Amino acid sequence: MAAFLLRRLGQVIPTLLILSVLVFALQQLMPGDPALILAGEERGDPEVLAQIRSELLLDRPLVEQYLHWLWRVLHGDFGFSWRIRLPVAELILSKLPVTFQLASMSFVIGVALGVPLGVLSAVWKDRPADWLINGVALFGISMPNFWLGIMMILLFSVQLGWLPPSGYVPLWEDPVQSLATTIMPAFVLGTGVASILMRHTRAAMLSALAQDYVRTARAKGLAERRVVFRHALRNALIPVVTLGTVEFGKLLAGAVLTEQIFTIPGFGKLVVDAVFNRDYPVVQGVVLATALIFVTLSLIADLLYMAINPRMRQT
Amino acid sequence: MSATPWALEVEDLSITFRTDRGTLRAVEGVSFRVAPGRTLAIVGESGCGKSVTSLAVMGLLAPNARVGGTVRLAGQPLDDAGRRAARGRDMAMIFQEPMTSLNPAFTAGDQVAEAIRAHEGVSLRAATERAIALFERVRIPEAARRARQYPHQLSGGMRQRVMIAMALACRPKLLIADEPTTALDVTVQAQILALLDELKRETGTAVVLITHDLGVVRDHAEEVLVMYAGRMAEQAPAARLFDRPEHPYTIGLLGAAPRLDEKRGRLASIPGTVPDLYRPPPGCRFAPRCPFSIAACDAGQPEFRPLEEAHRAACIRAPLEAALAA
Ligand SMILES: Nc1ncnc2c1ncn2[C@@H]1O[C@H](COP(=O)(O)OP(=O)(O)OP(=O)(O)O)[C@@H](O)[C@H]1O
Ligand SMILES: [Mg+2]
Repeated sequence: MAAFLLRRLGQVIPTLLILSVLVFALQQLMPGDPALILAGEERGDPEVLAQIRSELLLDRPLVEQYLHWLWRVLHGDFGFSWRIRLPVAELILSKLPVTFQLASMSFVIGVALGVPLGVLSAVWKDRPADWLINGVALFGISMPNFWLGIMMILLFSVQLGWLPPSGYVPLWEDPVQSLATTIMPAFVLGTGVASILMRHTRAAMLSALAQDYVRTARAKGLAERRVVFRHALRNALIPVVTLGTVEFGKLLAGAVLTEQIFTIPGFGKLVVDAVFNRDYPVVQGVVLATALIFVTLSLIADLLYMAINPRMRQT
Repeated sequence: MSATPWALEVEDLSITFRTDRGTLRAVEGVSFRVAPGRTLAIVGESGCGKSVTSLAVMGLLAPNARVGGTVRLAGQPLDDAGRRAARGRDMAMIFQEPMTSLNPAFTAGDQVAEAIRAHEGVSLRAATERAIALFERVRIPEAARRARQYPHQLSGGMRQRVMIAMALACRPKLLIADEPTTALDVTVQAQILALLDELKRETGTAVVLITHDLGVVRDHAEEVLVMYAGRMAEQAPAARLFDRPEHPYTIGLLGAAPRLDEKRGRLASIPGTVPDLYRPPPGCRFAPRCPFSIAACDAGQPEFRPLEEAHRAACIRAPLEAALAA
């Protein structure tokens, strides 16, 4: 166990370092001079520009800029947003709960729909119900999130007036209103996840149901329900859990468009604004935080994998 | 209890599979009976229908299978619902592949306890205790510890013992063992077969033993059914069959088995190939490979007819001695 964790850390640290270099290098390729943007009204004044550049170390060699930034990151200091003048770490931490709430709700919807439907379509393989479920899942995968999002706003907000079209209320301020503002984006994201989980669950279930141990379970005289949900599903879930964690990571990092449409002030919106404003420290911070989340999740995935797969629990 | 002396009666069993290529006639006109406490061995080349026959009895065939004929367990005809109810309680099966037949996600003890609880309303604790007792019965050392282990922590022989313990959980009237020792090494094979014999003697369970191994047939079975390409070729008490085989296919099998007085004789190859089960020949299915075949063999299916008390064969030329002398 400890050895496993150490080995994983050995893989994680180089990954994060390489990623940070990439992020840093990519920023240099972006068009636009941050000093010009920050100077605002005074952008015509060379002295102001020079002062900004030296303040932000923009006049130093790239390597030095990078090392300086990395050194501070290692001490938990992600720097200040050039635009909003707030510490990057604080910005990220303030957006994280929003995105986390949205991702969790989407994930719950995705699992609650995707896994049972995957099981059913495997059990009903090649029958009308299977075709129907697969057709809907294909629709769910191919339908762009922004389109589904806009359609839902048109229906539930504009036509029916049931739900607010945009905005966000924190969970701790007003739980009901908070759910009302996030349920549509969560559904949009959740159906995508459900489609993916459904297809993987179906494939894993089909392979599990063809295994010898399923025949043994039937030979014991178990009810078919128990054969499917205990003997087959238990094994089919092993690969699905791994996939599910990856999907959760994607939800945390990749809800950019959906957050834009529903104006949810989460991670996605933060990073988009930061890119448009050339707010380098924020972009770097968000990308690194996302990578850190992914790494943590993949570690959790491995631990879950060990927990549900006895073969990994060698004693 | 029941009027019939037979634990299992199979009559005119036929099995077809619908596949992309058409209809595969896997088994046709197979009948046999097994008495309590006795072993019937089913032998024949790979693909002749041994496994599908036993799976049909258990009601465990794939959904693309159609089964005809009747199966009676202790005199009771079994339909689909009857098979489902009898599975694991009145009839049990152990499989060729001990490595994959147990569920990797549950402990050995859990899987046996589950078999008990499927048929008897006992608590998990009581079922687990009985599972451990069964482990001791099938000579699994350190039964309590083994019961807590997962299949991957057990050797092939241990796993097959767990399968046997599971099969015996509810004292079945019929135990089908489909090549139970093929995947195991020789010493373990002998132990497992001896164990099955002992349990059969103690419990009076009828055993259907499917095997490739003629040495095993000789040592462990009272009756033998030889199958060829989905049909019965020959059936006789074991001693009689080894002494006086009548069907040319059986003769080929025995002849191909190197020195039958030696312990181990495997079915070796007879020249030629098995007929296509999608389009079986109209006559005797073995005729194309048979050194004794005559024109009449291709004309129609040979009747499975008695040659002598309890000895039957599907060959128009049997008894061969008489036919060859003539
Ligand atoms: N689900 C299925 N669909 C189509 N054909 C099948 C199916 N199951 C079995 N068969 C076919 O039925 C025939 C008999 O198979 P079976 O497994 O009973 O052979 P066997 O005598 O047990 O052989 P072996 O000694 O190799 O175990 C084979 O031709 C096999 O391909
Ligand atoms: Mg077989």
